[in-house]
Amino acid sequence: MEKIISAKVYFTVWAALMCLTVTTAAVSYVDLGQFSIVVALLIASIKGSLVVLFFMHVKYLNVKTTLLVILAGFFWLAILLLMTMTDYITRAWS
Amino acid sequence: MSDSSQALATHELRHHFEDMEQQRDASSMGMWVFLITEIMFFGGMFMAYLLYRYEYFVAWQEGSQHMNFWIGTINTAVLICSSLTMVLAVLAIQQGRRRLTSVMLAATVCFAIAFMVLKGMEYHEHWLAHEFPGSAFHFAGIDPRHVEMFFVLYFVMTGFHALHVLIGIGLVSSMLYMNERGHFSADYHNPIENVGLYWHFVDLVWIYLYPLLYLIGHHHVG
Repeated sequence: MEKIISAKVYFTVWAALMCLTVTTAAVSYVDLGQFSIVVALLIASIKGSLVVLFFMHVKYLNVKTTLLVILAGFFWLAILLLMTMTDYITRAWS
Repeated sequence: MSDSSQALATHELRHHFEDMEQQRDASSMGMWVFLITEIMFFGGMFMAYLLYRYEYFVAWQEGSQHMNFWIGTINTAVLICSSLTMVLAVLAIQQGRRRLTSVMLAATVCFAIAFMVLKGMEYHEHWLAHEFPGSAFHFAGIDPRHVEMFFVLYFVMTGFHALHVLIGIGLVSSMLYMNERGHFSADYHNPIENVGLYWHFVDLVWIYLYPLLYLIGHHHVG
């Protein structure tokens, strides 16, 4: 059966997303040098995970094949980003 | 229940599915396959952004300082709120509360329109400041050529995102219309769920666009 999640969970996730937005905006005022992008993307990834897991119901999927489709998609994105950057960053070494 | 909605109910389960649950799972998987193609579509642009940021780091810092930090932050909050109302619309129809579903869908459309208005104000600002790439582009700092490239990526990425928001407004509005016509119930609401998935995806893209475009070089002005 379709799983119904209580509105309380959604409001909690919403509050967490708003807090994280305020946090990442506040942190941007601090000069962390090279780490500013690391912190910004880390917070974005926590927010993204909350959206995917709770709002998009991936946490409550009852069909594992759908999960496989989703993971394959993100894996493909990782290939695109990581392999291309590995290439460009190491070109100067030759 | 009128005769017409009774007739609809018998057509809710398509003949090639065993039961409602199988139909729902299949439709949500189909939606995810579509969303994967969307991830690839935006992924290419994120790839270009990352690579050029690596190559032209200074220009990227400079360009980012010319973003409107407050509009970007407020728009992030607006989209998160719209995601909440969207998921509450799905919850409401799961419980068969049609009236609440319509209210939540309408709220989602309102947030989306607010996002577009703010985005339009921002574009207008950039246009007046000669920051739109092309012959009128003017940038006083160092490396204006690559700052222009930053703005190309900014307009392409946020432009395609805004296009998705516009499509989302159309989709959520049509769900609102269909719900008012009595098409959906606690047993049948796949279209609302799938539009919900689409809408959260649009929010997800913005969650990454916001730090990459607005926050990267922000601390130098703050």
